[in-house]
Amino acid sequence: MSDIVINSIITVSAMGTAAAVILFLVARKFNVVEDPRIDQVEEELPAANCGGCGLPGCRAFAEALVRADDISDLKCPVSSSEAMSRIAVILGKEIAEQDPLVAVVRCAGTPDQRSKTSIYDGALSCTIESSLYTGESDCPYGCLGLGECVEVCRFDAIFMNPETMLPEVIDDLCTACNACVVACPRDIIELRKKNKKDRKIFVACINQEKGGVARKSCKVACIGCGKCLKACKFEAITLENNLAYIDPVKCRLCRKCPPECPTNAIPEINFPERKAAAEAS
Amino acid sequence: MIQTFPKGGIHPAEDKFAAGIPIRVLPLPKTVNIPVSQHIGAPSEPLVAKGDKVKTGQLIAKSNGFVSTNIHSSVTGTVTKVDKMMDSSGYKRMAISIDAEEDQWEEGIDTSKTLNRKISATGDEIIRKILDAGIVGLGGATFPSHIKLSVPRGKKAEVLIINGVECEPCLTSDHRLMLEKGEELMVGIQLLMKALNVKRALIGIENNKPDAIRHLSSLASDYEGTEVKTLQIKYPQGAEKQLVKALIKREVPSGKLPIDVGTVVHNIGTAFAVYEAVQKNKPLIERVITVTGKKIESPSNFMVRIGTLVSDLVEAAGGLPDDTGKIINGGPMMGKALKTADVPVTKGTSGILIVPSDESRRKPVLNCVRCAKCVSICPMGLEPYLLQAATEFKKWDLVENERALDCMECGSCSYICPSGRPLLDYIRLGKSTVSKIIRSRKQ
Repeated sequence: MSDIVINSIITVSAMGTAAAVILFLVARKFNVVEDPRIDQVEEELPAANCGGCGLPGCRAFAEALVRADDISDLKCPVSSSEAMSRIAVILGKEIAEQDPLVAVVRCAGTPDQRSKTSIYDGALSCTIESSLYTGESDCPYGCLGLGECVEVCRFDAIFMNPETMLPEVIDDLCTACNACVVACPRDIIELRKKNKKDRKIFVACINQEKGGVARKSCKVACIGCGKCLKACKFEAITLENNLAYIDPVKCRLCRKCPPECPTNAIPEINFPERKAAAEAS
Repeated sequence: MIQTFPKGGIHPAEDKFAAGIPIRVLPLPKTVNIPVSQHIGAPSEPLVAKGDKVKTGQLIAKSNGFVSTNIHSSVTGTVTKVDKMMDSSGYKRMAISIDAEEDQWEEGIDTSKTLNRKISATGDEIIRKILDAGIVGLGGATFPSHIKLSVPRGKKAEVLIINGVECEPCLTSDHRLMLEKGEELMVGIQLLMKALNVKRALIGIENNKPDAIRHLSSLASDYEGTEVKTLQIKYPQGAEKQLVKALIKREVPSGKLPIDVGTVVHNIGTAFAVYEAVQKNKPLIERVITVTGKKIESPSNFMVRIGTLVSDLVEAAGGLPDDTGKIINGGPMMGKALKTADVPVTKGTSGILIVPSDESRRKPVLNCVRCAKCVSICPMGLEPYLLQAATEFKKWDLVENERALDCMECGSCSYICPSGRPLLDYIRLGKSTVSKIIRSRKQ
């Protein structure tokens, strides 16, 4: 009887020891040394996994940050600059100061401004509609209004306004992750510098047709007249292919150009009411 | 024996209203807009500038690359514009606009109606002339014909297949061509056989065109190796791979061409254009186009100069009916709706269809009920419901593995779906995205 007990103990201990040795050797052999800083950096990242940095998720971005010698090219659109500077401290690397950006919809063609000339009843996808034809209005550049940008936004920062049939960005939620910019088949959405109090001045049109044609398809189209160009004192406006463009970095938000525009294609958003207008009313 | 392809297929209403109406020559248009990209492949390069005088049949844009072809002026007159103009999708593409003054043909073109049976050109000369004349597949795919005829090294064509199926509902242009230009077609087929160096040609015609079958059969008895085969009525039998399967019982493998199984397929319209190019030296500047619709006054088949505006064609067929919901460029299955009628017809336009408004809208989209009708009718053996969902949720690897690229966009799945789901719309998007991914992978 005691034989059985002793034999069992010896056998089990021998098996245990052998397994322990094997496990020890295997663990040594396949040991993955991971930089502990990756975890630290990941802690600081927003964990949104939006892909805005161009890498598959925050972990991959943290690894890239740790691996790279120069991290000034690596940018997380979601992180605040404080978080990024904390990361820079952890890694002991220099980091470039980045301006916060915000997505801007460059089309103002509401149904009143841009009449429907056909009915589209195909698949509800902007990419599909765009590949089939110019869309329900006559403007081959304008928003199709099927909300592919809304679908891709991970932060609920963009929604379709049912009145204007155009997407609208909620500035506080927008992280400038670039997803909507990529999703829009017409390249209507642009990332622009975020200004104080979310003030914005931009050309809300990307129609490159000649003035008359553009105007015919949409009442608020940029007709490429160049009046804004003359009004600008900071050389922030350029005119190319019958279309004006305001450089977000050069623009000082002086509000000289919006009243010049004959088609009201330059909106001014989140500004206080103009003095003259306030007096008149 | 009546043959057909075994897998899938549908039977849409035929509605071939213009089948009994002879081809009429449309009066010369006042102005033509000739797009420089009327074919698959690189757009042709314009050779004329604003103000130039051109003659009918003069080369105005030359082939630009291997997969490309020539384009000729279809009228005599002055070039008014070489600029971006609206095409059938509403987008602006490069085109040449010519104001027609008279009809003076370029020298060397035989405009007489006499039949020229004697074939003097060699195979290479025939292929050369087909490129010079700018001939593309007139069935609708508009693939440059000279490339199909230049058999790659290591492959051999055994039989030529002529596509007289015209399975697309409403269209009758090939049908009329077979009835009225039968002799010319036969010579065209002989020319194609010579170019390919084959001894056998099969003409596939569906048995809803018994008059064409009878007519061509009697003509074919005079020509050695040419045979007319009767096919069961089934859409999409006019698709290349389906026709090959129906006629010679060979399956073209996924991603391959008919030449890989020893055959080349050409359309009836192409055979006629080849006859005119080689025997009459006449470039491809006109084609037969059906203008039809339930409410239109006189459904017709017109011989139309390329570049004529669709509105001119509709006018000649009795004008746009009051109750018009849609103008379709092509047939009801594969055609595309036009945004306006002020766009030109191109080499690939086989018909203009006017749809009344009560038939022009799609059914409301409901959920997929898993009835698998789309799976059972897909002639390529695909699973359209799956491809649609995979595309909608951007699972591109699944789209690729489910062979989206085999889809020929016949539209049978969207036609049969009881829930009115936009299957083909999504599959098209899946196809274009997957081919983009594959191209980027190769780089």
